[in-house]
Amino acid sequence: MNTQVVGVSQVYQPIPKSPGYWGTVWIEFKKDKLAMTALCVILFLFIVAIFSDFIAGNKPIFLKWNGKMYFPVLFEYKELFNVDFKELTESLPKDNFAVYPPIRYSDTEYDLLSVLSPPSRPHLFGTDDRGRDVLSRMIHGTRISLSIGFVAVGIAVVIGIFLGVIAGYYGGITDFIVSRLFEIMITFPVFFLILTILAFRDPSIYNIMIVIGATGWTGIARLVRGEFLRLRKYSYVEAAIALGSPDFRVMLKHMLPNAFAPVLVASTFGVAGAILVESALSFLGFGVPPPEPSWGDVLSQSQRYVDFAWWLVLFPGAAIFTTVTAFNLVGEGFRDAIDPRLRGR
Amino acid sequence: MFRDSNHEPRFTNHDMRTYLLKRLFLIIPTLLGITLVTFFVIQLAPGNPVSRKLQVGEGVKAEAITKDIIEQTKKLYGLDKPIYIRYWIWLKQIATLDFGRSYKDHRPVIQKIAERLPVTLSINIISILLVYIISIPLGVYSAVTQGSIRDRAITFFLFALYSIPSFWLAMVLIYFLGGGEFWDVFPIYGILSPGAENYPFLKKLLNFLWHITLPVICLTYGDLAYLSRYQRGSLLEVLRSEFIRTARAKGLTESNVIFKHALRNALIPIITIVASVLPAMIGGSVIIESIFSIPGIGQLGFEAVLSRDYPLIMAIATISAFLTLIGILISDLAYVMVDPRISFEGKR
Repeated sequence: MNTQVVGVSQVYQPIPKSPGYWGTVWIEFKKDKLAMTALCVILFLFIVAIFSDFIAGNKPIFLKWNGKMYFPVLFEYKELFNVDFKELTESLPKDNFAVYPPIRYSDTEYDLLSVLSPPSRPHLFGTDDRGRDVLSRMIHGTRISLSIGFVAVGIAVVIGIFLGVIAGYYGGITDFIVSRLFEIMITFPVFFLILTILAFRDPSIYNIMIVIGATGWTGIARLVRGEFLRLRKYSYVEAAIALGSPDFRVMLKHMLPNAFAPVLVASTFGVAGAILVESALSFLGFGVPPPEPSWGDVLSQSQRYVDFAWWLVLFPGAAIFTTVTAFNLVGEGFRDAIDPRLRGR
Repeated sequence: MFRDSNHEPRFTNHDMRTYLLKRLFLIIPTLLGITLVTFFVIQLAPGNPVSRKLQVGEGVKAEAITKDIIEQTKKLYGLDKPIYIRYWIWLKQIATLDFGRSYKDHRPVIQKIAERLPVTLSINIISILLVYIISIPLGVYSAVTQGSIRDRAITFFLFALYSIPSFWLAMVLIYFLGGGEFWDVFPIYGILSPGAENYPFLKKLLNFLWHITLPVICLTYGDLAYLSRYQRGSLLEVLRSEFIRTARAKGLTESNVIFKHALRNALIPIITIVASVLPAMIGGSVIIESIFSIPGIGQLGFEAVLSRDYPLIMAIATISAFLTLIGILISDLAYVMVDPRISFEGKR
């Protein structure tokens, strides 16, 4: 008798609110220390990328001059158009002052008096063959690497989802044609194709994003197609169709959310891959055009000298390595988090 | 190919023949698509090989070149016709396996490729073999010790390797082992020492292996992560199945269960995945072959892109795509033949 009462009271305990799908994924993800560390690294890189002008540059962040306040990093001023900030700062009258970024060198500023100097006081990461500050170039390169990684993957995700959805949803002849497209893309030596396109077009940052994105969608498209082929047989999809929902509504509102988690995992790995490809392109001289800073570009300069300029190898190499590892580890942690078979380890 | 009926294949029915014919037929649209994309990418680009070729011609100034010469040169290379006609002409040539002549030195393109292909293939085959030899045991070990510190350490280490750009490692290896800063252990240029062509076979082989050590390292380490993870996953999948439980239940030793029962099944997907590594071979070779000055397809392709050698670029894209398609087909066939659970109907 007693035991029954206990049983009843257990049944009536309030059910805790479900954290939802993404909530559960996040709880699982947080358990992975390595992936969480990697996520923090990515956040740090984002902060560096967004605020790179405030971290490294030869313009003052804040300048009080002739009784007026200026923010030269943020805005352009007519009266400061041809001003050399170094001279200006040295000859500033009393009560006027300038606040500089912690690293006082811009990424494109030449200093031919200190070419290829190893890391030391003013240039913490040394200088390259034109006397540009390596640390400043690395900081500004973060923005380029991350934006290429994200935009390229964004393009790949859009193409991949579009093709995967129509192939998996309609099947039949549509699927056949899209599958041929997959096969064409998979069979291409992709890096060779990217190189060819960039050699025949301007290697601008936008072209690089487009080319990497337009050649990198196969993995995502295959994933989405597979998921859609599977989901198409579910009765909830049939019910939605039977209720008269238009095709695009069934695809986007009912099916896509169920196929989205693996796409996100694949995109995380994709960002790592795109950053690697960009650095390889810059290394070969097909990357971001010269004055722009890029990690691969800094690295390629070390190749031209007989003397081993180790700082031109170590720092950009470490930056590429850290970023790519971080994205891969987050992708790995995320993949484990969405896999229900691995829950409750 | 299938005329002789004396040797009855394992699949006696028509399955295999229809499947094979279907797949071979499907190669045609894919190849067409690849040539179409490549053709239009390079031919619609601004600038053309004529201006590039004339610029390098014995110090002739650009102004000195009359329109006539440009038109004549264009005609010589067939560049005076509209693009779709050029593509049609190119296709007709390809149908007779004529890939044309290189713009650079007027040698037949196919001959240039035939010279370079063996180098790239041998380097990549060695690299793929190494990848398999290393990553299968690693994958098995991590699967068996799943979730342990050792499994995690292996995973992290391989991921770290995977994240190192190959060109970066190539430079570091050159600096440290190629006589740059520290040891002068390995050569960093070419595939044979000067004069080594006349060495006796074994000595020549050793010389070759010595030369390709660094490039092969650079081509190999990145794929380790992918394949060993794949092996790990595939073995874990098999270890969950019923017949493994049965094998354990009847009291087999753990090594017997893993190596005799599980591993054999887990090896099937990893062996057949080799085809997906193929297209990456040419791409990966571009950068490594350029750094180590290896006369392979990758370097040839890079030079072709730089000098806008249309026929050569087209031929490299077409031939490497064809090789990859054949590779995929063979691996799919092998998959069906090795694994009796999969039928030809089941595959597409």
